[in-house]
Amino acid sequence: MERTIYREIKATKAVWELAVILLGFIAAALGAFFYVEHHGHIVTGMTNQIVWGLPHVFAIFLIVAASGALNVASVASVFDQKIYKPMARLSALLAMALLIGGLAILVLDLGRPDRIIVAATTYNFNSIFAWNLILYTGFLAIVGAYLFVQMSIGIPYSVVRKVGFVAFIWRLALTTGTGSIFGWLVARPGYDAAIMAPLFIAMSFAFGLATFILVTATLCRLSGRVFGGKLIRRLGQLLAVFAAAVLYFSAIRHLTNLYTAEHAGFERFMLIDGGIITTLFWLGQVVIGGIIPILVIFHPSFGKTPAAPVVASALVVLGGLAHVYVIVIGGQAYPMELFPGYEVSSSFGDGQIANYRPSLPEVFLGLGGVAIALFATGLGAKILRILPTSLSDANVGQKP
Amino acid sequence: MILFLRFTLLCVLLIGAVPAAMAQDRSALLPDIPAATGEPHAEGNEYWRRNHMDLMRHDRDLTMREGNRKIDASLKGCFDCHAAKDGEGTIVTYQSEQHFCRACHDYVAVKVDCFMCHRSTPDGVDEGAPHAALVPQIPLKETDIQSVVAYLQQGASKTAEAKQ
Amino acid sequence: MNIPRAKGAELSRRDFLRSGAAVATTTLAPGVTLIAFGGSAAEAGTDAGKRWGLLIDANKCDADCSACVTACSDENGWKGTGNPETDAQWIRKVTLKNTTTGRETSLPVMCQHCEEPPCVDVCPTGASFKREDGIVLVDKHTCIGCRYCMMACPFKARSFVHEPTTNQKSHAPRGQGTVESCTLCVHRVDQGGTPACVEACAATGHGAIIFGNLKDPDSDISKQLAGYSSTALRPDLDLNPGVRYTNL
Repeated sequence: MERTIYREIKATKAVWELAVILLGFIAAALGAFFYVEHHGHIVTGMTNQIVWGLPHVFAIFLIVAASGALNVASVASVFDQKIYKPMARLSALLAMALLIGGLAILVLDLGRPDRIIVAATTYNFNSIFAWNLILYTGFLAIVGAYLFVQMSIGIPYSVVRKVGFVAFIWRLALTTGTGSIFGWLVARPGYDAAIMAPLFIAMSFAFGLATFILVTATLCRLSGRVFGGKLIRRLGQLLAVFAAAVLYFSAIRHLTNLYTAEHAGFERFMLIDGGIITTLFWLGQVVIGGIIPILVIFHPSFGKTPAAPVVASALVVLGGLAHVYVIVIGGQAYPMELFPGYEVSSSFGDGQIANYRPSLPEVFLGLGGVAIALFATGLGAKILRILPTSLSDANVGQKP
Repeated sequence: MILFLRFTLLCVLLIGAVPAAMAQDRSALLPDIPAATGEPHAEGNEYWRRNHMDLMRHDRDLTMREGNRKIDASLKGCFDCHAAKDGEGTIVTYQSEQHFCRACHDYVAVKVDCFMCHRSTPDGVDEGAPHAALVPQIPLKETDIQSVVAYLQQGASKTAEAKQ
Repeated sequence: MNIPRAKGAELSRRDFLRSGAAVATTTLAPGVTLIAFGGSAAEAGTDAGKRWGLLIDANKCDADCSACVTACSDENGWKGTGNPETDAQWIRKVTLKNTTTGRETSLPVMCQHCEEPPCVDVCPTGASFKREDGIVLVDKHTCIGCRYCMMACPFKARSFVHEPTTNQKSHAPRGQGTVESCTLCVHRVDQGGTPACVEACAATGHGAIIFGNLKDPDSDISKQLAGYSSTALRPDLDLNPGVRYTNL
């Protein structure tokens, strides 16, 4: 077994091309931001009924994936799995980049983004949202420190382990906080459930690992480095377990709702006659994001190829976006029950399923956040010694 | 080291030269403040020029949080006397450069945020189109560039007048 | 700087109200007296001893009448622009049909001015706040437009301003990118008045809305609440709203 050597990726033509494409997406997002801020949110698909739209779907996906992307590093330093160690730096870098991308979307979608300094200086400590701001900035600081101690020469590994442990605990807190943004909303039948926090943690494991596999495979291919077949399959099997965990928590969430008559209407909307929401739930979240990836990973022949985990990861990411869409948009579209036992109607959409049609600026803003995250990751790998020269099985595959 | 000394010398010279050249012309560059109606401030204009933001912020919190409506430092109170008019005698909104607030705020390049929510004229005046944009239009229109040029020329002509 | 003066003004105001006389103001620095004497000793400002509320009688509310909505819109300067999904609605008429009996009821719904407002709990900057007298407001100076309060409100009482505003009322500032809702006509209440919707409803002869101090046992609203059955919306949430309904 050779020693792991970390090197910057070289600026090849393909790297430049990818950078230009990502910068194009970022520019489009900035254009969308100025357009929306100038005209007001009237030019988006968001309304007084659907107050959080597609930008929030992308933002929440990225923030959830951010804490999950740290898993590879946590498994390496907290649970001492040596074969994950060469990927720990990239894992930490990707976690920070994804979080920054997600937060950028949230900030750029604010009604008054010019008041970001107010958000940063005026806290209401009763608000889970304000706690999250602290959790996010703390995450960036701790994971930054984690990356620093990993990369520094002469810092003993025991220190890396300790910082890694803090980062691991912090990321669990962060995802709990993100889930609680919805879990603590008493008003809406689609939220208001303690299971939101563990569900979001399971989601973060799956989305984060899937993103990590895709990014690592892309970076290795761009820089002509080996991503060992055994290693990627081992990651793939872990991904299958996480995808199954998401299915499990989702099933429990919906079964619990189905058991109480009070929530029957909401579940009927979600599972049977919710139109696009129902389609996204079954086809997107369950089939594409859960069942097919698991089948792909454990397929007797295709499952043994290094392509299988990459395909599964792409499906988990797509299904994950659908999952977040179902939670965010579906939870708002179903009307709140102000008057139980009555048929309600008004000029303000009472008693009606709210419509939502995402607009182009929202799509640009959301994709721009993804582009920011990927560009930051690539830039980090370009200027820092993040990626090992080889992730071949011979290099990392031996059991400790 | 020598480079640093040279740079420092250059800075000192530049800083010294500018005020010397401008000293006699400064008054001509000060903003034209629209005349007000009503009783003058008991505390004097200097006091209000320096402290109006703190006074208004303080009194706004009294009004909003504590419901005290008997305060005197309110935007509504300002426009009782400080509603600037254009050449035709129409009261102007914040959109106009002649607006009372903009006279000084444009000069010191401080953007005020008040008129995103507050009206910029006394009650009853029709403000017409949105009177305060959050961000400038992008891309800049030709008229925007012309207005910048006009502003600079205005300053230059004033300087010229002062010299005569 | 002005800070001492400003502090002085605040203190003098309170002292003034507490003592009920002008004596406290005379010892203060020049400039202060101007403010302190600016108003009469008439009731002004928040008072923790009061809690403002509304009692809405659904039996008296006419399904075809929307005087309260019109009055609120005129008073506070919000109006439709032809985009019903994004237009602000501080107050709306809701029609209820009992699914078992078929009986129809009509009533207005606005901010319920909860004692435990979820919108205040979730607001990250504290822009959403409750005054001492129970009125729930948005401080638009610190609202960043995140809309989490709209996610949290069980009554859909809040609107986000989707477009640039113009011709606002000076007593009801409202602007693009911030959230707003019924203020219980706080500018009127502070000067001893009643909300515009209550006045308008009384003017039509329906008199379906009563306004008053819930903490005063002798007020009309307290007597009605003590004498007849009434309910809060979403009583399961235990938010203790200041707006109550009867004959639902």
